[in-house]
Amino acid sequence: MQTVKMVVTGPFSAGKTQFIQSVSEIDVVATERKISSDEERTVKSSTTVAMDFGRITVDEDLVLYLFGTPGQKRFDFMWEILSEGMLGFIVMVDSTRPETFREARSILETFRAYAPTPYVVAANKQDKEDAWDLEDMGHALRLDKNTKLLPCVATDRASVKTILLELLYSILQEMESGK
Amino acid sequence: MALRGNLRDFTITQLLNLINLASKTGTLVVDGASEQAYISFREGKLAYARIGKDDGSLAAVLYKASKINANQYRAIVDRAGQMTDKELGLLLINAGYVTQEDILLNLQVYFTDLIRKLFTWVEGIFRFENDILPPDDRINVRMDLENIIIEGSRQLRELEQLQDEIPSLDMALKFTERPLTNINLSVDEWKVVKFVDPKNTMRQIAKTNKLTEIEVRRIVYGLLQAGLVELARPANAPAPMSAKTTFPTQDKEEQKSLINKLIGRIRQL
Repeated sequence: MQTVKMVVTGPFSAGKTQFIQSVSEIDVVATERKISSDEERTVKSSTTVAMDFGRITVDEDLVLYLFGTPGQKRFDFMWEILSEGMLGFIVMVDSTRPETFREARSILETFRAYAPTPYVVAANKQDKEDAWDLEDMGHALRLDKNTKLLPCVATDRASVKTILLELLYSILQEMESGK
Repeated sequence: MALRGNLRDFTITQLLNLINLASKTGTLVVDGASEQAYISFREGKLAYARIGKDDGSLAAVLYKASKINANQYRAIVDRAGQMTDKELGLLLINAGYVTQEDILLNLQVYFTDLIRKLFTWVEGIFRFENDILPPDDRINVRMDLENIIIEGSRQLRELEQLQDEIPSLDMALKFTERPLTNINLSVDEWKVVKFVDPKNTMRQIAKTNKLTEIEVRRIVYGLLQAGLVELARPANAPAPMSAKTTFPTQDKEEQKSLINKLIGRIRQL
């Protein structure tokens, strides 16, 4: 049996667990804990402290695992461990919470430093009225023009599929270009 | 869609940077603690600014700049009440009181001062209104934002924020595709710019120029905000991880086949 993995990362409450849940064939093994900080509790009541874990079986010889990282900075020691051997990674950003963009940028830089693998940025909650425009987000996140910044609704399976496919296309493209 | 938020999360320099890079047209409205600011842009360039009840009329700007005296100012206020700034400007130029260059230069100085004031605001809610255009009855300027952004970045003092923006000095810098023209840099900023090259880490640049960590971070932050440079992996840095750990096979064709299988499976979901 061959296994490969992708990592879903991003700031606290960006929608990583939901993203994996939307496509995983198993119930996501989520290691969630009640939030202790008052500020974070106003955003959601529980969070991932170690990792989320989802699975997509391709055939009897190949399985894709999706790992979601904890969003809070105090758990960033987990990131490097989770990033080992990944095919690529997805950075989730909540389009309605500009206060998290700086952190998203920092997470992106950290993961790029861990592994030179392809990545895409998913602008989650693009269905919300107060979502930032993709172009504005791209500038705020200081993404270069070659980075894929994709609209996303993590609760919508079709939207999540598109993100995964775009990452796979990037991986394939990089292999074909011989990088 | 919305471009709104809080100045606690987005500084004025970051907003100006975004407006500059996206070549936006519209008005940035900032609700500060006690005043409201309106800063208007055309295609990413500063066109007009007003803060609170400040009288930004042409007559007031020229009076403050000593281009007209108190009597002339009062006469204008008394007699030209219905006249737009554009009409007044034309009148003053034709009468030989000021030149067109005087008017534009003094408006630029006035608007830059207002933005300097805005840089000191740390609390406030902002929104960018695409539909609010620079006022027609006022004279609009067309100012590049890069120098204003660099000036604003120089005022950033918080080490914590600088560390968030530039987490590691072991990264290198490279120039963006934007041309480096008409930029007013300080001596220290030029020293850093001189060494911008993927071969040099920021730590090396700081050491060479005898700059402290916070000094080099502040300078680089300004250059980043102005869109002149971007962070880069140092050219001689070792690859952080071997690619062989990624795939269960080392055969390139098998690797491609594996990715194609994944694509096929995800499409079926």
